[in-house]
Amino acid sequence: MDWLFFIEVSLAGIGAGSLYALTAIAFVLIYKATRVINLAIGEMLMVGAYLFFALGAGWSLSWWLAIPMALVGGGLLGMLLERGVIRPMLGENPISVFMVTIGLGSILVGTVELIWTSAPRSLPGFMPDEAIFIGEAFIAPNTFWGFVIAAVVIALFLLLFRFWRGGVALRATASDQGAAWAMGINVPAVYSLAWGLAGMIAAGSGILLGAMSGVSPEMAMFGLTVLVVVIVGGLDSVFGALLAGLLIGWMESVVGVYLGGEYEHLVTFILLMLVLLVRPWGLFGSHEIERL
Amino acid sequence: MSESILGISNIEVVYGHTVQVLRGLSLEVPRGGIVALLGSNGAGKSTTLKAVSNLLSLENGELSAGRIEFDGKPTAGTAPHQLVRAGLCHVMEGRRVFEDLSVEENLVAATYARTGREQATRKDFNLVYEYFPRLHERRRALAGYLSGGEQQMLAIGRALLARPKLMLLDEPSLGLSPVLVEDIFSIIARINREQGVAMLLVEQNANVALALADYGYIMESGRVVIDGSPEKLLGDDDVREFYLGMAGAGGEMKSYREVKHYKRRKRWLS
Repeated sequence: MDWLFFIEVSLAGIGAGSLYALTAIAFVLIYKATRVINLAIGEMLMVGAYLFFALGAGWSLSWWLAIPMALVGGGLLGMLLERGVIRPMLGENPISVFMVTIGLGSILVGTVELIWTSAPRSLPGFMPDEAIFIGEAFIAPNTFWGFVIAAVVIALFLLLFRFWRGGVALRATASDQGAAWAMGINVPAVYSLAWGLAGMIAAGSGILLGAMSGVSPEMAMFGLTVLVVVIVGGLDSVFGALLAGLLIGWMESVVGVYLGGEYEHLVTFILLMLVLLVRPWGLFGSHEIERL
Repeated sequence: MSESILGISNIEVVYGHTVQVLRGLSLEVPRGGIVALLGSNGAGKSTTLKAVSNLLSLENGELSAGRIEFDGKPTAGTAPHQLVRAGLCHVMEGRRVFEDLSVEENLVAATYARTGREQATRKDFNLVYEYFPRLHERRRALAGYLSGGEQQMLAIGRALLARPKLMLLDEPSLGLSPVLVEDIFSIIARINREQGVAMLLVEQNANVALALADYGYIMESGRVVIDGSPEKLLGDDDVREFYLGMAGAGGEMKSYREVKHYKRRKRWLS
């Protein structure tokens, strides 16, 4: 066996996995704060990528201007979805809310196809493109920088949750909504904040993913694998999302190269089934997860 | 400025558009006073508190009639967090600490109650730790790992940090040992005396509550059936028999098999 090749494949997989982890954090953030299973996360990610495409390629803004604007746009989209669609559904059956997010996803895909058609596009480059070597192993520059950026953003958010006062409000709301409200925390505002941050993170992963593999409405399928990631990691566990993201990214890459691309999803979903059989609440999730 | 910090007149509460829980309940809490609200299970005590703090919506409940005034202003239409920020703090039944947060973070979460007023400082945290030295020892521990008594201390500590004018305390003695109950209640009395916080205290443990309160109301099936000073309530035979579990008029313990008792109880309820 060629170990160098194996390491290269693994590095590429972990790079892709870091995007799963980043998007999964957006998902977990929404689930923890509002108990909504947001199946539109892949579509939110896609819209973020298209926003960057429109600003960077369409209006030809430079990337350091277009990226922050696309992130803000993604955040606004998240807040808008929460305020307009999710909040009126509060207190309804979780299955209804979950179905609504599926519908939302279709609407977002449809809107994007109306504006930009379904033809694949490529994003303006914004990452350094000289080849990166770790030891002797080659790693594609987009994958490497994608991983670095994802890691920094994840670390930033973990610190924010831990030490920022708003992070305490977020975690308090996630832990006990009623008590948080009775403590003077503006719970509806926390909902908006959670969806806004999640929209921003999703847009960020969309831009990184677009830089690696181009932009098309099919990017939304990324959300399906993210769903597997969060179920494997445990719906309400940030740590689980990180670990499962890297694990599944690595597995897909290794399986794709050694067994063939058609096995990638097979292995992912076999893992999902195994985890559901043994630990239905995920590797790190808390036990009493709401039954759907 | 009105005499009482809280005035409830003739409120009715309906859950899920079908079940009426409160039927014309009225009560008043004077500034700086302690008022006990007693009654058996399902009488509507907790519902009364939730109606005051506007948390009914969380349980699909609705205030269908009547009027509640806090600090001279009607509470209708005010969001719960705004009431808290105005100085009305609800310590909910079952402690409800944030289990995934440390003790200190629980207190930080409570500083949101001070939004729009003087910000909480280190001094406020120290005040809480002074009342509850046990919390200071465990300030880095996750609240979920605290004992029941410590969690109750934390729940009251959070309320204390909110610097309220009125605390709604829902069964602070729930599930605590008699010694701890005594501790908690003596601290509640101290907070009332030293900080001038008015309190509306809901309790099953009528003896302890009446020892502390200036005035008491007894509820049954969603309305107040008798009210008065603790002396009056403790002197009332029916109250002694039905709420304090002490012998009534005859002096010996009554048996539920006796028809007379049943009739008297029935008359009391209707």
